[in-house]
Amino acid sequence: MSAKERILAKLGRSLAGTTPIADDYDQALVTTPWTYAPEQRIPRLRELLEAVHGETHLTTTDGWPARVVDALSARGIDELLISPDTPHGQQFAAHIAAIGKSVRLKSYDRPVEAWKDELFFGTPASLTGTLGGISATGSLILWPTTAEPRLMSLVPPLHIALLKASEVYDNLYSVLQAQSWAEGLPTNALLVSGPSKTADIQQTLAYGAHGPKELIVLILEDA
Amino acid sequence: MNAPAIPMTFKCRAHDAVHDAQLRRNFRGAMDFLMAKRAAQFPDGDELERLRSFGNAVRARALSKLPELLERLETNLTRNGVKVHWAETVDEANAIVHDIVRAHEARQVIKGKSMVSEEMEMNHYLEGHGVDCLESDMGEFIVQLGNEKPSHIIMPAIHLNAGQVASLFHDKLEVDYTEDVDRLIQIGRETLRRKFYEADIGVSGVNFAVAETGSLLLVENEGNGRMSTTVPPVHIAVTGIEKVVENLRDVVPLLSLLTRSATGQPITTYVNVISGPRKAEELDGPQEVHLVLLDNGRSQAFADSELRQTLNCIRCGACMNHCPVYTRIGGHAYGTVYPGPIGKIITPHMLGLEATKDLPSASSLCGACGEVCPVKIPIPAILRRLREENVRAPDDEPRHMRGQGSKYSRAEGLAWKGWRLLNTSPRLYRLFNLAATRLSALTPPKLGPWTEHHSAPKAAPRSLHELAREHLGED
Amino acid sequence: MSNGTSNTASNATRLAPPLAAARTYPEQKPSDVYLFGTCVLDLFFPDAGMDAIRLLEREGIRVHFPQGQSCCGQPAYTSGYTDDAREVARAQLALFARDWPVVVPSGSCAGMFRHHYPELFAGEPDTLKQVDALSARTYELAEFLLEVCKIRLEDRGAPVKVALHTSCSARREMGTHVHGRALLAQLEQVERVDHDHESECCGFGGTFSVRMPDIAGAMVRDKTAALKGSGAAEVVSADCGCLLNINGAFEKQYERLRGEHLASFLLRRSGGKADGGQS
Repeated sequence: MSAKERILAKLGRSLAGTTPIADDYDQALVTTPWTYAPEQRIPRLRELLEAVHGETHLTTTDGWPARVVDALSARGIDELLISPDTPHGQQFAAHIAAIGKSVRLKSYDRPVEAWKDELFFGTPASLTGTLGGISATGSLILWPTTAEPRLMSLVPPLHIALLKASEVYDNLYSVLQAQSWAEGLPTNALLVSGPSKTADIQQTLAYGAHGPKELIVLILEDA
Repeated sequence: MNAPAIPMTFKCRAHDAVHDAQLRRNFRGAMDFLMAKRAAQFPDGDELERLRSFGNAVRARALSKLPELLERLETNLTRNGVKVHWAETVDEANAIVHDIVRAHEARQVIKGKSMVSEEMEMNHYLEGHGVDCLESDMGEFIVQLGNEKPSHIIMPAIHLNAGQVASLFHDKLEVDYTEDVDRLIQIGRETLRRKFYEADIGVSGVNFAVAETGSLLLVENEGNGRMSTTVPPVHIAVTGIEKVVENLRDVVPLLSLLTRSATGQPITTYVNVISGPRKAEELDGPQEVHLVLLDNGRSQAFADSELRQTLNCIRCGACMNHCPVYTRIGGHAYGTVYPGPIGKIITPHMLGLEATKDLPSASSLCGACGEVCPVKIPIPAILRRLREENVRAPDDEPRHMRGQGSKYSRAEGLAWKGWRLLNTSPRLYRLFNLAATRLSALTPPKLGPWTEHHSAPKAAPRSLHELAREHLGED
Repeated sequence: MSNGTSNTASNATRLAPPLAAARTYPEQKPSDVYLFGTCVLDLFFPDAGMDAIRLLEREGIRVHFPQGQSCCGQPAYTSGYTDDAREVARAQLALFARDWPVVVPSGSCAGMFRHHYPELFAGEPDTLKQVDALSARTYELAEFLLEVCKIRLEDRGAPVKVALHTSCSARREMGTHVHGRALLAQLEQVERVDHDHESECCGFGGTFSVRMPDIAGAMVRDKTAALKGSGAAEVVSADCGCLLNINGAFEKQYERLRGEHLASFLLRRSGGKADGGQS
């Protein structure tokens, strides 16, 4: 017998003659206390993100690229990892061209192995879209794609994320339902709730443990 | 494994720990901090109680169909391209990991936080086979650097203060001495970033394995879990067989209970749901993902419906944060991978009761652990049950546990028989009371361990039985 | 949520018991009650037992003290000697035959009657019926005075600051810490002061304090320090196990502070002995 067969046989013997406990899922308990009036959703999300040192800004579909430029120049950063294959990537590229600003745009267009060194040690900032946000916990939803791979929101010290106001959900349960997560998940699905942090030394909170030191969330109020 | 010898010295370790003023201060401060953080997350007592019941029901449901869910999990993970391995013992689990390491000729392994890998003593095992195994969770990294073991399941370096970490970094990493926590974390970040970059294999634990979707869910704040599971070309997740839940939506109440109970956060910085290796068109992520499902005594706990409740645990650590014993002695005194109340009830299944026989007694049964457990494990009741297994005659049937009867003592058994006789025979009891009250003056000033911290108790001149008889008459 | 396992097999996976509704209390004060004195009180704090009797009598209740009573069985139960505990428990069961309430001046022994006797006799359906009935009419003293007697205490003492230590079973099994507080609040001149880590165990835990003297000693030292640090002139508790522990430690430390049983404190503050002076 294999280890698997032995383990399953032991577990099976222990349950002999019993029937499984019925699924009495208490949906109200994971939704009702975490439901907000539409005008409260974004304030709550911002409050929670800012409580963990996330930076949030209200802006618009036309206005956000200028915010990104401001954020970069305020930090003395002159390059940005951004996907040319997304509408927001194209919009930002057009914006840069129009204002004649010298932000070098990099794209994650080859396997990580081909440019790992540069990604790890020479990429100060990235910009990605999101699949929405969650008011209850102040979270962003990310499903990395070929255009915006997993490490894009993890390795650069500054991560800028675009969030459409219309895609802010009340709670995780409603996200799973609305986005049909159980019917098919990507290789990696993520909730991101602030910049990377740790309290492992004497319960003292420090930001920028292994992931981004800063997270800027640009909320597009008209999207 | 040499671990079984360690818990034998529990009392010695506890003795040293309670007299270590620095350690006592570090733990008291840390536990007060964590208790306050948790309390702030549950302002509504009614919501908390209902959610704990819900969490209990979700875990109990999973356990009530565990074999079926494990098979469904394997089927769905396999469909997603994850290779599933099964191990009855830590030796088997280490051998599985070693086979994967060998197949890839890996030299460097980077680890996210995983208590199951601690159970396996994976670092030690792999290092014995010439493979570097580096912890990347900041707390685990600190502990490994100091050649220590974690003292808490969520905050491994909680026994150290910033000054102690500063000295450690100064000695081992040859950096300037600084107690600035931001600076210390940046030193850790820089050191480990290079290691993520170089590692051949990433190892992680699992918080919830979702049977329905074939997904592994990990929660963390630092990003080292995402790094370990994304950067190296191979990811090996190790977990206990009890960590499976039926449906993705079952994670919703458990996640809320876990992060709020553990560190008092509404959610951790990252919730990382992994459902397979890198697909052909994808540009990062591991080429291979493995899951090792470890039994290591869990099926023994599973065999008894009372002890089975131990496996509800979602490893939040709230029981240790609220435990007056853990607060006094810290995590290392237990000499086990899992310290605190949950450690006392899970470890006997892993190491046997003979190696852990003092642990169930190291509790005043105050009930603080059971009161805060987010999945309502009746920890005090299980501790009492383990005491029963401990003092059972060694040849007693049925056999519930490896090492049952390890504290069996004919003399103690007889003493309790005497106590029983006294308390079931009113005349004898009256006689005893008479003797105890009238001869109270003869109470010796030293009564074993009691008089180390107390004066010897002296019986009153007359018992309540006598006073009540006088006042109320015989009844 | 389900109210129990979906099957009754002994190996069925267990669900936590459903959330208990708040305990309801009889409208009427009973004419008679039993007192279960507890073994620690019997030998070490008998005056507290008498004070409990006097408080109940002052409420117009006839108190019965079955002389055959001994111990609730808890020491053996928590030490893992379940069979011995069960037989001692069985001996107590027989003594409380009438359907009068059983009042216990200890949260821990009351918890044994209410919550652990049903576990002890789970395998004996006939006895279990008797046990369930006993469990339903068992009250911790403070709870009984407040909720059933609806006692009104008139304070006749001088202003004083008091710290209340509640035993873990009184707090977590019986929920009676609120009753102790409410009774003290009735006394106008008594100011109840909090002590550091008030809800933390004093380190008694029955045999724990002798099996693990280092840890238990550290716990009681912290507890006594917290009580001293509270600024209270008096310490009150409704559990004699805790009092034995706390007072023994105070004495060892050459401290003058001593804990007093809640019953004695309440009686003393509210005018002393029952009318008629039977004692």
